[in-house]
Amino acid sequence: MHSKQVRRRRAVVAALVAVALILLTAYFGESPSSPLHTLQRGIVEVFSPIQEGASKVLSPFRDVASFFSDTFKAKSQVGQLRKQVHKLQAELAQSQYAVSQNAQLRRQVGLDNSTGLASYKPVASNVISRDPTLWYATVEIDKGSDDGIHRGNPVTADGALVGQVTTVDPTVSFVTLITDHTMAVAAQVQDSSADTGVLVPAVGNPSQLQLQYLPTSAPVQTGQQVVTVGFKSGPLQDLYPPGIPIGQVASVGNSLANNGEVPVTPAADLRHFTIAQVLTAPHAGAERVQLPSGSGGGSG
Amino acid sequence: MPESLRLPIRLAVLAVVTVIIQEAAISQISIFGISADLTVLVVMAVGLLAGSIPGAIMGFGTGLLVDMVLVQTLGVTSLLYIVIGYWAGRLRELRDPSHGLVPMAMGAAATAFAGLGMAVIQFLLGVDAPVSWLLLQQIFITVLVNTLISLPVYAAVRRIVEPALPQDPRRRRRRAYTTGGLSPLQRPSQRLGAMPRSGTR
Repeated sequence: MHSKQVRRRRAVVAALVAVALILLTAYFGESPSSPLHTLQRGIVEVFSPIQEGASKVLSPFRDVASFFSDTFKAKSQVGQLRKQVHKLQAELAQSQYAVSQNAQLRRQVGLDNSTGLASYKPVASNVISRDPTLWYATVEIDKGSDDGIHRGNPVTADGALVGQVTTVDPTVSFVTLITDHTMAVAAQVQDSSADTGVLVPAVGNPSQLQLQYLPTSAPVQTGQQVVTVGFKSGPLQDLYPPGIPIGQVASVGNSLANNGEVPVTPAADLRHFTIAQVLTAPHAGAERVQLPSGSGGGSG
Repeated sequence: MPESLRLPIRLAVLAVVTVIIQEAAISQISIFGISADLTVLVVMAVGLLAGSIPGAIMGFGTGLLVDMVLVQTLGVTSLLYIVIGYWAGRLRELRDPSHGLVPMAMGAAATAFAGLGMAVIQFLLGVDAPVSWLLLQQIFITVLVNTLISLPVYAAVRRIVEPALPQDPRRRRRRAYTTGGLSPLQRPSQRLGAMPRSGTR
């Protein structure tokens, strides 16, 4: 009797482990249109209205809890932000002058001047769920293909790039954040020589990114803005439009001289944003950096 | 409802509700930069209360649901949660721990196992990006936060699951001991109450 129970217990556990391993192996090697992925999207479709409702119902509890953690965080940021405001006020004056000068020059050379985010047909959406694990940085939003969202569309929050749409259903979409280990973005430092590199996440540290492949002699300085490149090379186009802010250079140390790397602090609060904008027409009216033919580059 | 279906139905509803609450609310609340993870604690609690087979099945189901809902690689979370549910259940079957802090210790162990196990599986599947040492710190903070909430989570799961559990003879026996019913240290008169004396000679 006892040995029968032991055998039964072991058989159940072995069967469950075997099924989990089969699912893992099958899913890992499958294309996004395969049966397992389709089943997964079906489950998401069923669960999304429930999650959306639960998200709205539970938002007061979430807000109360967030209030306390945000208060502690805000107190520690006051001094730092005051310094930043003074610095930005000085920069704003210079930028306003540069913008007016730029507009005049654009008119003179006949360039399309509709490069603001509004020209990319942004669709505003609410975050309804968030991945709690440290390895997958994804969020679910309450807009899908019915609202004109497509796979690969860039997503912004707090005025900065936060990720791209990787799964689309009629009513919901999943956004993979730039801190996910599968992401990479072609980025440019707004230094005097506009150096470009590839921005990758530092897994386990959601508040930092690494800008790699910079020239080791690049005149990069702490606090400089990092924006999307938006390159175009023949038929290939970057997923992201040019000039979308991503973050700021956090520090410049030996890693730049040795490896051409600098740490970047994301401009958006990637763990707390609740409203996101999906740029449904990322290639509309945007001029692209033309790469010489034969040169590579990738993002997303 | 048939008696045999009460526990599976309760566990299925518990798994679905836990995953929804986790994704819609808990994972959006950041404490020291991380979020608590209810799912691992619920799987551990079910194992501790219901045994190894229900624990392992609950682990598989909850893990699969998490992977499905979050559009992750299927099977990864299931694999980890099967082990957590099974271990928690085996602890109950072999040791039958009665100390009130056992769920805390088990919650910490289960969360640490889930965090480190996920890291190992991700490395095996291939990580393209550099990995920060802060990952270990984040796992440690998650373990601390989950340890703090493990007792209320265990109490809530117990309220839901215990009425559907079959009567366990060992637990009944222990309850009898702790309430003095079967203790060999007591005299029969204490255990059984006052003995009626036979009439006077």
